[in-house]
Amino acid sequence: MTPKLSAVESPPELHTNRIEAIISVRDLIHRYQDRTALNGVSFEVRPAELFGLLGPNGSGKTTLFRILSTLMVPSAGTAQIAGLDVVREPAALRRHIGVVFQAQSVDQKLTTYENLWHQGHLYGLRGAALKQRIKEILTRVGLQDRARDRVETFSGGMQRRIELAKGLLHHPEVLLLDEPTTGLDPGARRDLWQYLQILRDQERVSVIVTTHLMEEAERCDRLAILNEGKLVALGTPAELTREIGGDVVLLEAHEPEELAGRIRNMFHIDAIAMGTHVRLEIENGHRFVPDVVEAFPGEIQALSVSKPTLEDVFIHRTGHKFWNEEPMPQKGKRKY
Amino acid sequence: MASAPIPSPYAQSVGVMLPAFTLWWREVVRFYRQRARVAGVILSPLLFWIVIGSGFGTSFRSGESAGQQHYLDYFFPGAMVMIILFTSIFTMMSVIEDRNEGFLLSVLVAPVPRSAIVLGKVLGGTTLAAIQGLIFLVFAPLVGVHLTLGSFGLVVLTVFLVSFALTALGFAIAWPMDSTQSFHAIINLFLIPMWLLSGALFPFNKASKWIQAVMLVNPLTYGVEALRTLMYPDATHPFTLSASIMTLLLFTLFMFGLAFALANRKSKSGR
Repeated sequence: MTPKLSAVESPPELHTNRIEAIISVRDLIHRYQDRTALNGVSFEVRPAELFGLLGPNGSGKTTLFRILSTLMVPSAGTAQIAGLDVVREPAALRRHIGVVFQAQSVDQKLTTYENLWHQGHLYGLRGAALKQRIKEILTRVGLQDRARDRVETFSGGMQRRIELAKGLLHHPEVLLLDEPTTGLDPGARRDLWQYLQILRDQERVSVIVTTHLMEEAERCDRLAILNEGKLVALGTPAELTREIGGDVVLLEAHEPEELAGRIRNMFHIDAIAMGTHVRLEIENGHRFVPDVVEAFPGEIQALSVSKPTLEDVFIHRTGHKFWNEEPMPQKGKRKY
Repeated sequence: MASAPIPSPYAQSVGVMLPAFTLWWREVVRFYRQRARVAGVILSPLLFWIVIGSGFGTSFRSGESAGQQHYLDYFFPGAMVMIILFTSIFTMMSVIEDRNEGFLLSVLVAPVPRSAIVLGKVLGGTTLAAIQGLIFLVFAPLVGVHLTLGSFGLVVLTVFLVSFALTALGFAIAWPMDSTQSFHAIINLFLIPMWLLSGALFPFNKASKWIQAVMLVNPLTYGVEALRTLMYPDATHPFTLSASIMTLLLFTLFMFGLAFALANRKSKSGR
């Protein structure tokens, strides 16, 4: 990749090493009329990082995404991308970010080329330069043969690639993606993630992805885990799982509450009941298992010992499961 | 992979015209790629004109209307305004669809001034409505309307103003909405009556006093009257041509200002 030649005209603080973080979010708070969606969230994203925002539905990640993409103004706190404030300098900031929404933004009635031509105009690209750039980006996402076809004839995976092409057309330094793999089959999912990694490595684009899927979160360089509007964990997937220390043991029991209490008393381990299971974290889980089975004969129906996952990190930090059975908060209509 | 240098997007301002142009272009292309929509907006008013016009014409022939006009003739400008109303309003339904899909979002996160969004969308709808309205003019010789070049120019101007005002109105209605169903409700409750009471169906000076009062404040009345004055200069008319066109112009400016103000509101609460 040849370096971008836009540096001459760019604001001086860009493309220099002065900015450690490409995105910096500080004490961000957002309240809707009836609930607080974000409650004091702070983190930073480094340049050329694949950064994940992991959280269950209603955790505030979509609100955060909308604030970062300049669609919503936060109630309090600040967020900056490429040194520009999302509230005070949205117009300038918009040139630096590419946004891929969960909802489809390509126009079905237009061809691939026309969609990108239209998109380019929105960013002030035109003429031969735009034509050249469209050709380039379509080759990038492997759709160069379908430029003249209408989008409505395409598969979900192909449409998603056009979304990606739209987001990247104007050479953004930051790409924001909201649940980008929703509705994609496993093959298309894998392709998309591979492409995001290529983007990070070859074009040095900082990629921010929201997801509620653990296996996707594992692929990120660093993660912010959100729960009920708060940041509950921040770090690389390996760091986060390491902090649990040891193994996660799950015991299936008829009376999980009672069993958990007795395990706490007998072994002085923080065992908690979760649904039909008792869950506990312990080093060398395989040594603990014979002891606990012997201590409570007949009470344990099944058990498993596993290395901690990101879901365990979430449980460890919040004390409850990632997937709550509570009804989702009603989402009101949004205006921009 | 090599990426060719592109003109730095940071250097120049995107401005209003390029985004407005591209949004206008999309609106027009989309419309003509949906055959059913094109057929719908041309055929339904044509059907209305013939069915209502012929039906009313024979049922209520009073014989004393000005110039002994046949009802089909009288109804012609009203039918034209109806085509414009249908096209512009239904075209602006796309604002709601764009919002419910992600299309509008992708425009809102682009470095595009809101005025460009309003201008592009509204001019797109205006173009379509005006073209559909003017196509209807090919039937004009059938009702004995023969326009001079000058009056043709004024008809085009009037059609443009009516189209622009109604499209801007459609935009202003659609912008805060999140479902096309509620948009349909507004069409039935507000826009169709607006057309019914515009002098499209019955003349101003034959209406009762309170209906006249409603017609006077209905901006569409002046569009219908301007067209009728241009098409039938010999008949009697309640307003002068310049008064009608000036009122129309004011209405147009007001509607655009309203659409612009609505689109420019900043989202603080996100809902």
